[in-house]
Amino acid sequence: MLADIFINPFVDMFAAPDFLMQVLWEGLVSGILYALIALGFVLIFRSSRIFNFAQGIMVVFAALTLVGLHAYGVPAWISVALTLGVMFVLALTIERVVLRPLVGQPDIILFMATIGITLFLIGFGETIFGGENKVMISSELGIPTGDTVMEPFGGLLILQHLDITVVIVATLLVLALLAFLNYTQMGRAIRALGDDHQAALSVGISLQTIWVLVWFIAGIIALVTGIAWGARAGVSFALEVIAYKALPVLMLGGLESITGAIVGGLMIGMLEKLFEIYWGQPLLGGNTETWFAFVLALIVLLFRPQGLFGEKIIERV
Amino acid sequence: MLYRTAGQFKTSYKSDQALFPIKQDAFLLGIIGLFVLAIFPLTASEFAFQTMLIPVMIYALAALGLNILTGYAGQLSLGTGAFMGVGAYACYKMVTLMPWMNPLVAILLSGVFSAGVGVLFGIPSLRIKGFYLAIATLAAQFFLVWLFEKWAWLYNYNASGAIQVPNLTVFGGYVTGPQADSIVQYYVVLGIVALMTMLCINLTRGNLGRTWKATRDMDIAAELIGINLMKSKLTAFAISSYIVGVAGALYVFMWKGAAEPNLFDIPLSFQVLFIAIIGGLGSVLGNYLGAILIVGLPVVLNLVPATLGLAISSAMVEHLNIMIVGSLIVFFLIVEPHGLNQLWRLIREKLIIWPFPH
Repeated sequence: MLADIFINPFVDMFAAPDFLMQVLWEGLVSGILYALIALGFVLIFRSSRIFNFAQGIMVVFAALTLVGLHAYGVPAWISVALTLGVMFVLALTIERVVLRPLVGQPDIILFMATIGITLFLIGFGETIFGGENKVMISSELGIPTGDTVMEPFGGLLILQHLDITVVIVATLLVLALLAFLNYTQMGRAIRALGDDHQAALSVGISLQTIWVLVWFIAGIIALVTGIAWGARAGVSFALEVIAYKALPVLMLGGLESITGAIVGGLMIGMLEKLFEIYWGQPLLGGNTETWFAFVLALIVLLFRPQGLFGEKIIERV
Repeated sequence: MLYRTAGQFKTSYKSDQALFPIKQDAFLLGIIGLFVLAIFPLTASEFAFQTMLIPVMIYALAALGLNILTGYAGQLSLGTGAFMGVGAYACYKMVTLMPWMNPLVAILLSGVFSAGVGVLFGIPSLRIKGFYLAIATLAAQFFLVWLFEKWAWLYNYNASGAIQVPNLTVFGGYVTGPQADSIVQYYVVLGIVALMTMLCINLTRGNLGRTWKATRDMDIAAELIGINLMKSKLTAFAISSYIVGVAGALYVFMWKGAAEPNLFDIPLSFQVLFIAIIGGLGSVLGNYLGAILIVGLPVVLNLVPATLGLAISSAMVEHLNIMIVGSLIVFFLIVEPHGLNQLWRLIREKLIIWPFPH
């Protein structure tokens, strides 16, 4: 029993390093997508202290809109542009209708409001586009298919071209986002708002504009994630579950930290795959991916209550 | 006018702290009691029992349990559905392992198991706070639902993976299972819910309740005035999970009749959380008002197209339902962030001073 837990999995890893690499690669790809969703959360949380539960459904909604528009005969790239427009209108509406009247309410009320938005978007999306599973328009968007086969250590390593594209695009997106936050006026305004609301307001930063902007960026991230995940697994409301995966990423990385979201996402993506393949399936009957990330984050939090990269919590009476 | 308090003098501290400081409150409760005890059960159809009366009470009880934890002790939890599941599975195991056991005793005991699990998952709350804790309770949610699915002993190794409520009798009459009458189940649920509500009202008014409130308002300050935070938080988790567990047992044994693991998945947790928040955090009455709204709304919305003669497919009605519930939640939060309970308090205050504005 103890050998099954502590020795055999590692023996298996070294016996078949190509398989281990395959597992790690797949973990890396899903980890990057978790990191993207977590980034959307972090941006909104930093700038408004709103724990945005709707981020996951925004992913589904963006992907559905894209596929739905294309189904009406709109060319692929024009539907991407139109979807971005829809996400902008969504950001504007959420800020105007939901957030503005709720400014200054306790955190939990705002959190509930985002769950309300989640339900609304689920119902709205299903009413307009229908609830059935759809196929992402990958070939129309020029996303490559096929795979590259490598043979490290005399074994097999299959890299899907789709996954490689996802990794490259996500990395570029994260770099662009970091550049935007660090080197543009708007980006610095977002960070200022994250550091201190009142100070930011007093130097003339408009809260409303920034909130719309932040929700729009979260919408763009949602669209990219939606395309990537939709190309892998199809577009349906089942995608919503990946939003729950972003929550332990946030816990692990810290709610305020962009670095934390990326590192946490990659860690969780890879560790949960490793655990599932080497411990979960042989010992626990599989499907451990639903909870492993949460339990891992919980254990880390017991030692660092603010997450790995979160702001140190200083409490005063 | 209806709520005139003239002539009702409080001459002692005790009478000022009484459960019903105003006579009209007691009178109103009497009228509600009459409806709930006699008029509803005697006039209700099978449909009304199954879609409104029984579920409203069960959901209200679950929300009450959550409210102890989130509203009174300030620990946000998103794992309510899983704790209801623990109660339901514990009850199922007890009545199948010990068939001679009185099902009512089994239901009340099943809460003990969920209280134990609740305390276990409550331990991180001593270090983790706020949204971090909320996500930590999601660990309980996902882990427990996974366990319900994989641990075959829990559902007696049957092929479907679901639990079926057996026919059980109390004093010769069926109370659970397909053979039980809705009216009997209604009175059983009513009795248990009333008992728990009374327990909660008195707990939250007493020493323990004040400890919880101090912890909620500022835990460091509470610690400084000598409150043992560990005791305060863990008792809140224990009592909250006990009530939630009993609600879970009632949910399966008195209403659903059968349960699969995914019944206790995250939508159930959110539904209970909605009830607690729309009703009002930190209140007992609010849970009932919230449950009536959240349980009743889809029922009413389902009836609307048929009465208006509109031909809408049932899938479409369901989608519109989700959409309307979502927007109503946002609407209620904007109109009254403190919930329906606060709304009732304002109305009552207005009634007391009527016809004067202040």
